[in-house]
Amino acid sequence: MKGRYILERENILAPLLLLPVVIYVVLLVGFPFVMAFVYSFSNVTVGNPDYKIVGISNFIDIIGDRVFQRSLGNTFIFTFVSISIVLILSHILAEVLIREFRGKWLVRFLILMPWTAPIALGTIGYLWFLDSVFSPIDWLLRSSGLLGTPDSLLGPMSNMYWLGRSGLAMASVILVHVWRLLPLGTVILIAGMNSIPKEILEAAQVDGAGYFRRLFNITLPLLFPVIGVTVLFASLFTFTDMTVVWVLTKGGPPPHSTQVLASLAFLKGIQGGDLAQGAAISLFFFPVLAGVSAIVLRLAKKAVVT
Amino acid sequence: MLNRIILRGGFYGALIFFIVFSTAPFYVMLITMFKRGHDLFNPNNNPFFFNEPITLEHLDLLFTQTLYTKFLLNTFLVGISVVAITIIFAVPAALSLARMAGRWGENLGIGIFLTYLIPPTLLFIPLSRVVSTLGLQNSLWSLILVYPTFTVPFCTWLLMSFFKSIPREIEEQALIDGCSRIDAFFKILLPISIPGIITVIVFTFTLVAHEYIYALAFIQDSGKKTIGIGMTTELVRGDVFYWGALMGGALIASIPVAILYTLFLDRIISGLSMGTAKR
Repeated sequence: MKGRYILERENILAPLLLLPVVIYVVLLVGFPFVMAFVYSFSNVTVGNPDYKIVGISNFIDIIGDRVFQRSLGNTFIFTFVSISIVLILSHILAEVLIREFRGKWLVRFLILMPWTAPIALGTIGYLWFLDSVFSPIDWLLRSSGLLGTPDSLLGPMSNMYWLGRSGLAMASVILVHVWRLLPLGTVILIAGMNSIPKEILEAAQVDGAGYFRRLFNITLPLLFPVIGVTVLFASLFTFTDMTVVWVLTKGGPPPHSTQVLASLAFLKGIQGGDLAQGAAISLFFFPVLAGVSAIVLRLAKKAVVT
Repeated sequence: MLNRIILRGGFYGALIFFIVFSTAPFYVMLITMFKRGHDLFNPNNNPFFFNEPITLEHLDLLFTQTLYTKFLLNTFLVGISVVAITIIFAVPAALSLARMAGRWGENLGIGIFLTYLIPPTLLFIPLSRVVSTLGLQNSLWSLILVYPTFTVPFCTWLLMSFFKSIPREIEEQALIDGCSRIDAFFKILLPISIPGIITVIVFTFTLVAHEYIYALAFIQDSGKKTIGIGMTTELVRGDVFYWGALMGGALIASIPVAILYTLFLDRIISGLSMGTAKR
């Protein structure tokens, strides 16, 4: 009876119910998070778990490494270009999908598939799409005369070798990121657009504001917080992802044309067993993570106040 | 009049463009999985349709000669376990944050949400040490241990907003009527919260089916692989791609996950955008 009585008291029950989550998060997120920092200042490897702290030598090593420099640059390019394209395309797609039309549920399902299906499996489809011999895109280009004859626009070769040429491989990785993120951006934008009171837009229309006037003076400013959050999440997500690169190119073609920080950290830390260097590389996500967290915190505070 | 025709044309043009863009890889998977090898491996054949009668040889290979069903089973086992753990951890925590904790609860809630933002690629190196210290390498248990690191924070947040949307008065009435807190939760709040809990179950399951990076880092045994890493590492041997089976397997596993995710998407998105996109 007494135990029951104690459980009735909120100041005891509340922390008790939270305790399992807090312990779990501290042990399996907090502790590894701290260890990521410790490892990056140490000489730990899989074969030598008894490590000692060696200072910033890992960082000096990786910053001087051409492969790292290339990966860092690629990571920024992939994130920036993909997010920019997604921002533009998702606005167009949101304008289309916000209307009512027949069969909308099916269209919605199909358009969402790149986001809702596992990305590793979706990327397998692109492996075939961009294959060096059987690429369906190349077939279309050949059929339309753009590829494969001596005077065609894209050259006399019968294939584009999408994943075999540096620039095209980078474009392919961006394509898959855009393909995958577009539904997410669109869905969040539609939710935001639905939250704008219809009266405001109607009043503006009555006052003679045209489509673009309404878009730039009403819709976009009101959507700004939603767009901001979308960009933040999508950027963090793309910046730290390695799945698309790993399945599509494994960082290739040589020399590391599409390598990104996450896949390089995997190569060194997990496959190569150099935990310290791997941790040091993945620590470059920390500034991005901290920035996004700070902005999320400010938004959350604002949401609590209003 | 002309204006309206152009507008409608633009609308359908854009609609068709986006449908083709989004579904092209899946469409080609569908065609490829039924194509005869002879048809498939001729670069001059139309890759978007059948040039020869269809065949089930690739699906036969997939289901009888590969570990595909094993990958599906492994994913399913990990999924169920992680769902169970997530519910056991997240429901009480969300209840506490939504109903009992005051200001510090608000901050702790945000804190738990922020841990969801920490990317797997920042944690996988230390976690690989944790996993090997515990002797869980090459075991599905490693994934069952680690996956709640991203499912629990997000689901706690999702359930917290769900509980908050239910008026307090409903339970308070029960408390006044002499119900204990625990009873009030199980008899009053839990039944109304079933939609929220189903959302959490479905979302946790889809997250497990989507996960790639931890599985790649912790599992090397072919028989222990989950669907994503199994498909991309076991069915591609060196330069030999079992294209028909690969495409079929990817599509068959993608569709149920996509359906489940789509059904619950709106709730998940409003949780993800932290209420900024709430209607």
